[in-house]
Amino acid sequence: MSAVATGPVATGRNLGARIVDVFTSPKSGPVLVTGVLFLLMFAVGGVRYRGFLSGQVFLNLFIDNAYLIVLAIGMTFVILTGGIDLSVGAVVALSTIIAARLLQAGWSPGVVILLILAITSALGLLVGLMIHVFEVQPFIATLAAMFLARGLCYIIAKESITIDNPFFVSMANVRIPLGYRLSITPSVIIALLALAVAVWVLQYTRFGRTTYAIGGSEQSGMLMGLPTSRTKVLVYVISGFCSGLAGVLYAFYTLSGYALTAVGTELDAIAAVVIGGTLLTGGYGFVLGSALGVLVLGLIQTILSFEGSLSSWWTKIFIGALLLVFIILQKVLTSRRT
Amino acid sequence: MRNTLIQALSHRLFWPLALLVILLTVNVIAVPGFLAITINNEGHLFGSVIDILRNGAPTLIIAVGMTLVIATRGIDLSVGSVCAIAGAVACSIILGSPNPGDPGVVTVAVLTALALSLVVGLWNGFLVSVLGIQPIIATLILMTAGRGIAMLITEGQILTVDSAPFKFLGSGFLAGVPVATVVAAAILGLVALLTRRTALGLLIESVGINPEASRQAGVRARGLLFTVYAVCAVLAGIAGLILTSNQTAADANNTGLFIELDAILAVVIGGTALSGGRYSLTGTLVGALVIQTLVTTVYTVGIPPIATMVFKAAVVTAVCLLQSPTTSAALARRRTAGPASPRPVATPEPAVTR
Amino acid sequence: MTDTASTRAPAPQGNPDPVVEMTDISISFPGVKALDSVDFRMFPGEVHSLMGENGAGKSTLIKALTGVYSIDSGVVRLGGLQVTFSGPAQAQAAGISTVYQEVNLLGNLTVAENVMLGREPRRRGGIDWKAMRQRAAEILEGLHLDIDPASLLNSHSLAIQQLVAIARAIDIQAKILILDEPTSSLDVEEVAELFRVIRSLKESGVAILFVSHFLDQVYEISDRLTVLRNGQLVGEYMTDELLRIDLVQAMIGKELSALDDLGSRVHSAEGETATGSVPETFVAAKAITRKGAISPVDITIGAGEVVGLAGLLGSGRTEVARLIGGVDRPDGGQLKVDGRPLRLRTPRQAIKHRIAYSSENRRAEGIVDELTVRDNIVLALQADRGWFRPIPRKRQDELAASYIEALNIKTPSADALVRNLSGGNQQKVLLARWLAIAPRLLILDEPTRGIDVGAKAEIQKLVYSLAENGMSVLFISAELEEVLRLSNRIVVLRDRKKVADLVNDGIGVDQLLALIAEGAAEPELEAGVAS
Repeated sequence: MSAVATGPVATGRNLGARIVDVFTSPKSGPVLVTGVLFLLMFAVGGVRYRGFLSGQVFLNLFIDNAYLIVLAIGMTFVILTGGIDLSVGAVVALSTIIAARLLQAGWSPGVVILLILAITSALGLLVGLMIHVFEVQPFIATLAAMFLARGLCYIIAKESITIDNPFFVSMANVRIPLGYRLSITPSVIIALLALAVAVWVLQYTRFGRTTYAIGGSEQSGMLMGLPTSRTKVLVYVISGFCSGLAGVLYAFYTLSGYALTAVGTELDAIAAVVIGGTLLTGGYGFVLGSALGVLVLGLIQTILSFEGSLSSWWTKIFIGALLLVFIILQKVLTSRRT
Repeated sequence: MRNTLIQALSHRLFWPLALLVILLTVNVIAVPGFLAITINNEGHLFGSVIDILRNGAPTLIIAVGMTLVIATRGIDLSVGSVCAIAGAVACSIILGSPNPGDPGVVTVAVLTALALSLVVGLWNGFLVSVLGIQPIIATLILMTAGRGIAMLITEGQILTVDSAPFKFLGSGFLAGVPVATVVAAAILGLVALLTRRTALGLLIESVGINPEASRQAGVRARGLLFTVYAVCAVLAGIAGLILTSNQTAADANNTGLFIELDAILAVVIGGTALSGGRYSLTGTLVGALVIQTLVTTVYTVGIPPIATMVFKAAVVTAVCLLQSPTTSAALARRRTAGPASPRPVATPEPAVTR
Repeated sequence: MTDTASTRAPAPQGNPDPVVEMTDISISFPGVKALDSVDFRMFPGEVHSLMGENGAGKSTLIKALTGVYSIDSGVVRLGGLQVTFSGPAQAQAAGISTVYQEVNLLGNLTVAENVMLGREPRRRGGIDWKAMRQRAAEILEGLHLDIDPASLLNSHSLAIQQLVAIARAIDIQAKILILDEPTSSLDVEEVAELFRVIRSLKESGVAILFVSHFLDQVYEISDRLTVLRNGQLVGEYMTDELLRIDLVQAMIGKELSALDDLGSRVHSAEGETATGSVPETFVAAKAITRKGAISPVDITIGAGEVVGLAGLLGSGRTEVARLIGGVDRPDGGQLKVDGRPLRLRTPRQAIKHRIAYSSENRRAEGIVDELTVRDNIVLALQADRGWFRPIPRKRQDELAASYIEALNIKTPSADALVRNLSGGNQQKVLLARWLAIAPRLLILDEPTRGIDVGAKAEIQKLVYSLAENGMSVLFISAELEEVLRLSNRIVVLRDRKKVADLVNDGIGVDQLLALIAEGAAEPELEAGVAS
């Protein structure tokens, strides 16, 4: 704390110092580490395995994880406010099962999708109100929502229902060519659109900035006249909506509805958000980082599948280890600042 | 008379006990002989109540540890994974030995599993107390990675063991009572004794209620946090062994799945607030019984068993809303806003300035 | 007090209307009347200081003005029109901006956002970041603040954050700017910078409410003063017409109560010990300091000696006590106990050396309110013994019973929750906790604040008899009579520095007031008293 008027430290600082600054900022540090990690993993994969360094391997990351990207978007909003949403996996399952059941009953796909989005948003609204009005901890409120959603799944259908609706089947099978024998699915486009909207909302709207403000200090945000109450409820609505949308994409992907599907997906979503550089205590993070986090998770799986002999448990262990590294990284970066 | 009624109503265990009684009553109405306990020809106790006591044992054991963790303002999400790890370790040791039925082998297996659980607990304690990471986040790491570790141990297989001494733990009987029940009761008694006969309970509550005042009074929170997370993990290990033994198989994916939620729920129903502080092991016992009875009730009443989760959701919501500061403020307003005080109660906390 | 309440300074030249006028404001909290029909007004282009000790009602008044608290009775007029605010946003919209002591901004967002958020420029339905940064840069430039608007707020020092908060307030086009202890974490140059900004705002006609514990700063910057005490108005004064000593007296007041009786008795008895031989030094602190809390200070405490720490709130009295009690870690200096150098990093270590610090903040740092009286009394002793060596229940009961009796703690039983006791009895429970470890040095930080007269007298008696029995006491109180009555020696702090250290051989309240108000600024005075 030197004199105020002596001018900024910024004048004439060199590039190296600036790079160090960017990497040690709690805002951009973790996400940059993730980016570097992603590139490293891709490079290592490319060196080790034949056919790894192909565009389609990269695009498959999106195809296989489109629903997870959408989930991570909603989770980012929630975690940015310092909350958490444990219900997303169960809500995905609920969405798939509603879709399967109603399509089985002959409903039109458009109506089904809209209904799912309405139901899951409403569930998010209930959770948000419980958290804001009744001051229930997010962890517990979303836990209740998780129980409710899973329970409803079982009530609707115990067994797995196959979806044979032509629209859903076509969404699962259509490939949109990108040239050079590369292609993506419509789900990828939906996920990327959702991502674009989320980026815009978080960066360019007062609602988005208030989301960050709540994570920084809810009280300060309130004293600054920002709409913290409304925002705090809305992030859970968004998370509910994203879970519903992710559920629809998941139904496109698996063409079935099943009560026991997507168990533990909430952990994947949380891990993606954290690895993507969003602070679990809220206030810092980017939704693009979360998407990058999803890609890192996807890449781990891809590498393991290329490795062949390694099995799925390594995924969990790697994810846990990455979580640990990033949580400690966050701790170090934020404690330096305060 | 009126006074005793009011006292009973305001007792912290009133609502959980009432819930338990209601659930039992529903069962008795649905199945008249519900409460009957019979002794079969092997001298073992049988009956729905015994089932509740046996099947509820793992949840209760974990909930006991969770109670201590929650009392320090913490939470442990990794207990389900610890269950899976403990089961996996024990089963793979037993399977790896030439003589799975040997009590010595089983003892080694059990002790190794518990030692590993202890390590997990110390790790959680380290993250929370030394690195200062929020408990929910710190234990999330092992919640995720723990199942991976368990699968690593079982190499992704479901390890089915055929070992009489090991099976005894989950489905045996001791003096007619299920072993799991005996173990749970012993643990409950032991932890109650350990915390209430030493000063552990006092110091845990003190740290949970007011960490800064406790620090100034010379209470060493770090050691306490290590202790509670270690105890919680070891108890989760024991519960995991019981679950595994009961299924005679270690299933890294499903052993102890969601049990952390049941355990937390049991603690909360039992009247220990998630915000830490005063805890009640008796309350936790009642909470665990409520949950297990709820599961049983859903069976006996003929609701599809899987709908239990909806009921759990309802219970969680009800308990949370009842404990909510908003609700108690609203109730307090009702109580105080008699005709004598027409002034609306707009009472911000008086500012405490230093 | 009612006769002084009518004291009111004249309106400024040209007789402008007050920009804000609060009349007959009362606010109650459960059990406390925080404001009791207080009048307050501010004129455009003036810096108005709000003065008062703990519990005077300063922050309540500010929160009433800014719409954080709703008022029970009274009228607020803004530019002559009566207003009722139901939240800070409304007050802000009406031109009242507040900069709080603990910077209430968002460290995780950029400087530009912190200045502009809430009225950010928009373009195509979204926030126009470029325009926002530009506008923020202009405002910051107006404050001669050369920082990058795109940088994160918390990458800057507290002083700069404070100025950013002011930049935000200015951009709201504030008619009234409230600065609540803006200087408490700033160094001298930073304060000068802040004052330059305040003066330029003043010239542009903004009414500024300035709250600070630093008398020098108050006298430097403000035109007008309002003094509150115990929720009541003492008076409104022009700064240049009010002597410092009169200001301090107005803030602290003179307690004329039933205590006088006891006071004289204790005082006469104390005279004997004070004239006795010089006590052996028990604790000697040399140049202990902590950044942002207290400048290097020397304090010695003899065995069986009662040392009083006198000074206004914010003078550093609590900060010194916390360093000696091991509650905060010093940045420098040395502590010697029994002549041996010692580093106290935690309260636990202090307790091991039989040094007990009883916090001024009874509820937040003292009692554990959900535990019983007995548990609270044995807590420190038990923590010292470790959890595996429990104090037998019988011994606990004896301890509790004996302290309940000795300190006359009014509780239904030792099993009652401390939460349900009155403030005075909670304080006694806290005292009992410390006495139970048999301390050699007991640091009492405002042990008598907010408790009734009876309990106060009892605690004073207790302190006296403890010292008689050889215990050292470091005694802090905002009430000077109390300090004078109990202390063998008095250390006076002002603006985080020690300004006097004198033997209590019949010092009067007026002398002490003078030291607190002027301190070393008038060396002849200090020399005169300290000799």
